[in-house]
Amino acid sequence: MANLAQAIRLALHYGEEHLGVTDIFGEDVGPPLGGVFTATQGLKTAWNAPLDERGIIGTALGIAYAGGKPVAEIQFCDYIFNCIDLLKLCGNAHWSSAGAYRVPMVVMTPVGSGIHGSIYHSHSFESIASHIPGWKIVMPSNPLEAYGLMLSALAEPNPVMYLAPKALLRVKGEDLIPGEPSDEKSLNQMINAPLGDRSGWAPKWPKVEAFTVPLGVARLCREGKRATVISYGRTLPLCVAAADELSKEGMDFDVIDLRTLYPLDMETLQRSLRKTGRVLIVNEDTEVTNFGEHVLRRLLDTCFYDLEAAPVLLAGADVPGIGLAWELERASVPQQPDIAAAMRKLASEKA
Amino acid sequence: MVNMPRTTKKAGKLSDELKLRIHDYMVQARMTEELLIRMVRGGQGYFWIGAPGEEAFGVPLGLLVDKGEGPEHDYLHLHYRSSPTVLAMGAQPIDLLRQMRSTATDPYSRGRNFVNHFAIKEWNVVPVTPTIETQYAVGPGTAWVQKRQGGTGLSIITGGDAGTAEGDFATCLNWSTRPGQELPVLILIAHNGYGISTRAAQTQATPHLHERAGPFGMRHGEVDGNDPEACYLALQEAMDYIRKERKPFCLQANVSRLYGHSSSSGAQLIREERDCVVEYEARLEAEGLLSKQEALAVHERWRVHLKAAHQQVLEEPMPDGADIWQHIFAMAPEV
Repeated sequence: MANLAQAIRLALHYGEEHLGVTDIFGEDVGPPLGGVFTATQGLKTAWNAPLDERGIIGTALGIAYAGGKPVAEIQFCDYIFNCIDLLKLCGNAHWSSAGAYRVPMVVMTPVGSGIHGSIYHSHSFESIASHIPGWKIVMPSNPLEAYGLMLSALAEPNPVMYLAPKALLRVKGEDLIPGEPSDEKSLNQMINAPLGDRSGWAPKWPKVEAFTVPLGVARLCREGKRATVISYGRTLPLCVAAADELSKEGMDFDVIDLRTLYPLDMETLQRSLRKTGRVLIVNEDTEVTNFGEHVLRRLLDTCFYDLEAAPVLLAGADVPGIGLAWELERASVPQQPDIAAAMRKLASEKA
Repeated sequence: MVNMPRTTKKAGKLSDELKLRIHDYMVQARMTEELLIRMVRGGQGYFWIGAPGEEAFGVPLGLLVDKGEGPEHDYLHLHYRSSPTVLAMGAQPIDLLRQMRSTATDPYSRGRNFVNHFAIKEWNVVPVTPTIETQYAVGPGTAWVQKRQGGTGLSIITGGDAGTAEGDFATCLNWSTRPGQELPVLILIAHNGYGISTRAAQTQATPHLHERAGPFGMRHGEVDGNDPEACYLALQEAMDYIRKERKPFCLQANVSRLYGHSSSSGAQLIREERDCVVEYEARLEAEGLLSKQEALAVHERWRVHLKAAHQQVLEEPMPDGADIWQHIFAMAPEV
């Protein structure tokens, strides 16, 4: 099975062949490295940009203006903060020009903790990204959906922020991407660049096929009645694992993977909350002005009287960075035991 | 690397017809801007920022643009002092009045943006923003597509001297000159000597900002921005070079700022500044091309035109509040 980085690579290859992708670029995106997480190895339109994030975002906007379809990578989302005004321009060009200009571009950036990235390689970005109108925002939690979300992003006529949870980039999937060889070793030999000299290497792409995850549609990963758990990215599989753990104690939960953070699939969230009456939102961004607060507010707008217990947000500690030592990282962002404890407490609260 | 002299002046090479056409557009642009200022003073708009004093540079640029849609034509990444360029390309003054008035008929933003914030897709004029520097980061993108496609199209980026202090200016220099991947970019600096209220001499080490292009191996030059003929020839030389060589050029024009930064600073006429319209009319008169009476007739023709346009705009509808929900996202193609 492809891992999440390979799934992105396969999706970008599909995009080059079938969806008009013209440029995949960023820092170390082209040969020889093919991305620090290998997500862009072997792609025919991949090229290396100067180490200049503002140039990367600005150039992507220009390419989109000129009829191209760029995928720009910011190597770590921690480096994107000096581009906020350019991201605003990408998001408002269609609106400010009263519909004259379209901006079909994808910005891809790894987010979150989980690789001992320390203070400047562990940020989350969804709260800030969701505060820049005009963008659609996605975050996959498994390889197949990483593939499907990327194909949907590439088909969009609007800017899409593709947040890749870096802790999951090496995690293999449970489902084959359509056209993916069933033998993992074969896939690796076909599309992974060799170590050492790569000058004579070229990938042998499998004939991957169309598979899209529609933007704005969440997925119910586990079904239950005790409470609704909403998450995405790195913490989603932790929520699923916690739900499986608690099911052995007789507690069943709805676990929802948002997949698209903007636009939100409110229908799925409301349906679940009206069934369970309890909700826990889990992510790893710092807790103050957290995207989960927005989700909660949207739910309270429509489902306040359906609640049987106070809603809960389990998020990252509001500290200036994620420390390098495992003990510090563990204390900074939710782990499976924290999630399981929050679920157990929520499910046990008296109505 | 052969660069243009610091001050380029090759007067006398323009046809008489072209000189008179330039003059006509300069008057049109000046009178349009002065009406915009009167509108904001009269409460018929919220804010003015524009280009009076830059006509001698902006009009020749507009006349030299390869106008059209798509990478085979020129892209324009303009700043908010570009009305002479857009008018010389054929924009109608009434549309600037509409944007000043924020009417529903404003073709550039439908009441969403400040005046002189153009967006004209059929002419490759990408949305103008109130930021003073982001266009320098975006321009290499359109130029990259043009370079790949071939042809003679180029990407024109305009800005002021103050905007060059931002990092995006260095971004543009760097991205336009990567070895073997040089881009067809025309970087234009309209140096009016001020960043809002602060004199450039207080914030910039040199008045010759174009020289920053030199270490990047980029050709560059400087021209008297109050001399329309020198500007025309300098721009033509730069654009010809880019179209042929597919490499960038940085040109600085030293211009006047006749009404200050914007309506926020009063928009009062500053008589100490050189006035390129007055100077050019004197020159054309001395050459026997345009008498005082003929010049007055040009002014009168535009006065009548603008008066009618102004009256029309005042009767046009304002946008409906519900319009804020339009065009947030483009419609997705059918799957």
